[in-house]
Amino acid sequence: MNETKIITNNVNVYYGEKQALHNVSMNMQANEVTALIGPSGCGKSTFIRCLNRMNDVIDTCKVEGTITIDGYDIYSKETSVEKLRERVGMVFQKPNPFPKSIYENVAYGPKIHGIANNKNELDEIVENSLKQAAIFDEVKDRLHEPGTALSGGQQQRLCIARAISVNPDIILMDEPCSALDPIATARIEELMEELKKDYTIVIVTHSMQQAARVSTKTGFFHMGNLVEVDKTEVIFSNPSNKKTQDYITGRFG
Amino acid sequence: MNILSLFIILIIAFIGYFVGRSRANSIRNLSGKRLTSISHYYGYYVAIWSLVPAAIVFLLILIFNDYFVTNYVLSGYEDLENSSRDLIMAQIENTRNGIQLANSLDSNIIAAVKKLNYIESQYRISGFIVVLSISAYLFVHASIKISPSLDSRKIVERVFLILFFSCSLIAILTTVGIVISLLFETLKFFNSVPILDFLFGLNWSPQRAFVSDVSELVPEDIAGAFGALPLFAGTFLIAFVAMCIAIPVGLLSAIYMAEYASSNIRNIAKPLIEILAGIPTVVYGFFAALTVAPFVRNSGMSLGLEVSSESALAAGFVMGIMIIPFVSSLSDDVLNSVPRNLREGSYAMGSTKSETIIRVLLPAALPGIIGSFLLAISRAIGETMIVVMAAGLAAKLTANPLDAATTITTQIVVILIGDQEFDSPKTQAAFALGLTLFIVTLLLNYIALRVVKKYSERYE
Ligand SMILES: Nc1ncnc2c1ncn2[C@@H]1O[C@H](COP(=O)(O)OP(=O)(O)OP(=O)(O)O)[C@@H](O)[C@H]1O
Ligand SMILES: [Mg+2]
Repeated sequence: MNETKIITNNVNVYYGEKQALHNVSMNMQANEVTALIGPSGCGKSTFIRCLNRMNDVIDTCKVEGTITIDGYDIYSKETSVEKLRERVGMVFQKPNPFPKSIYENVAYGPKIHGIANNKNELDEIVENSLKQAAIFDEVKDRLHEPGTALSGGQQQRLCIARAISVNPDIILMDEPCSALDPIATARIEELMEELKKDYTIVIVTHSMQQAARVSTKTGFFHMGNLVEVDKTEVIFSNPSNKKTQDYITGRFG
Repeated sequence: MNILSLFIILIIAFIGYFVGRSRANSIRNLSGKRLTSISHYYGYYVAIWSLVPAAIVFLLILIFNDYFVTNYVLSGYEDLENSSRDLIMAQIENTRNGIQLANSLDSNIIAAVKKLNYIESQYRISGFIVVLSISAYLFVHASIKISPSLDSRKIVERVFLILFFSCSLIAILTTVGIVISLLFETLKFFNSVPILDFLFGLNWSPQRAFVSDVSELVPEDIAGAFGALPLFAGTFLIAFVAMCIAIPVGLLSAIYMAEYASSNIRNIAKPLIEILAGIPTVVYGFFAALTVAPFVRNSGMSLGLEVSSESALAAGFVMGIMIIPFVSSLSDDVLNSVPRNLREGSYAMGSTKSETIIRVLLPAALPGIIGSFLLAISRAIGETMIVVMAAGLAAKLTANPLDAATTITTQIVVILIGDQEFDSPKTQAAFALGLTLFIVTLLLNYIALRVVKKYSERYE
């Protein structure tokens, strides 16, 4: 088993009065894909957005409990949210390239964090990120055309390239394939297989087949509770909880 | 013809609604069949037939009443010219109303007054009868025509279509009418002043062309007095000063409201800023003239600068305040319509709020923001009152904002105040200025709309 990268301990999340997560404690290992599954509204997005503090953007949202990455408390006062998000990249459900050129989309992160020292380095980062995201060959002749003009699947891979451009440790993916067709989905799944060599990946998905295909470990959420978390094979073949069993066999959800 | 008949046909139509509806109901109950439309459409059907044709006839009579009355009363005066016909008609009416007694001995006039009284009462009675009988006839006709197969729903729909169409037609025709009359007078003006002299002449002094003795006028004199370039320069100078105030303040407050303010603050601040646009411009005007202009002058003098007591700076400054809401409100809307997932994308990359604003939101919203600038500029260019009160009337060609300046709109006001001859070049110059202004603002608005439209297509 790989070393433990992320540890959450008794995480409670509230939106105003309403509690969205109850005492979620879970570990995620480095260089593995961890999948989060569960019926709609059960708190998967809420949970994954705690890991890069994206919930800070929402005024009413309050997070309790501790979350550590490499043993470091990300909700402590000293943490810089910007530095945290540089280390923990995120890919969203709906592809959201900036209305800029393909090149500028990928160069965005390195530019704001001052990663490249000169134009050549920046070019290199952009090229490598696009290659890692398996989209370079499709766009290399039109790097200066708008990123929004790509197809949905290409846009999503562009967003992945953007996320890895700052060389993060962790990539969070919230239903990254839900807007894509099976072929584009297969490409992204292949990509994840590649990416997990370098990154820790946490993915929310509605497709149980996808979770089974890509992940090492799977957590099942239900109504704000983490019902069960175990090796993916165990969850899908021999879950210990009745609810998990019902869900993966399609009896509810 | 009077308002009573209109009132009565309204009542007929009102009754028609209920009659139509209950007839439809009873037909349905008798035959047991479903009607093509639900019953209240039959009510509308009868009401529309009782009201609309009669009302149109009412309007026609109203419009042509005067024409027929005058013709009848002046039937003895056919050979007169139009203007003297009007004169005599006015005399007759004044005599009848007891205002004019001097000619009361003129037997012709007295006879005409009688004729006038007679024909007017005739028209009134016959108009009344005509309108009411049309309404009543169609009321009955429509009520009888109600049958299960009559598709009154479709007919009502068509009537509404016509109604909406004619309302929009009125707006369009009015615009076209205004433009045509502007164009017409402007062309007359360009007969006496060559268009190039008007557009590029450096000297604006329309008083010179307005001497008492027309025979003293030399064509060159007229042409040389209507160089509008100083007005264009003044207009753009003041608009420029205004935009220097409105763009930064408006844009930055928009950014504050859209990105930083909590929703509570935003809900209070936005309407408050929009109040600025609702203050009457004349209030801004005296604010500019009495407060800002002396302030500009005094502080200019303490810096050792030559400032005239009325300055483009003062007027432009106040105008800038006035149009802040145009910039801030529209830019705020535009910023808000940038999809949330772009913001999240940027934050997730680890950028701060201001980086997100500068690098993602503003570029994404730029076309819309520019659109708001253009709308604000066209508003600034069309503004009159503030300039009249605070910037002076001197048509000087200057780029110095501390000087007095004047604008197109101000000069239109100056030209048209007081008694005017309609066909002097001076009056026509106002039309030429108006048309120029119209074309410029039209262009600006057109560009602004195009830009905004292009922007809204981007997120599809
Ligand atoms: N911004 C918000 N304000 C208030 N409540 C929210 C907010 N976002 C989510 N919630 C609530 O929190 C609960 C969990 O939502 P979350 O988005 O985490 O669900 P999810 O598991 O991601 O569902 P889905 O699979 O449909 O994406 C839901 O009940 C939702 O209504
Ligand atoms: Mg979700």
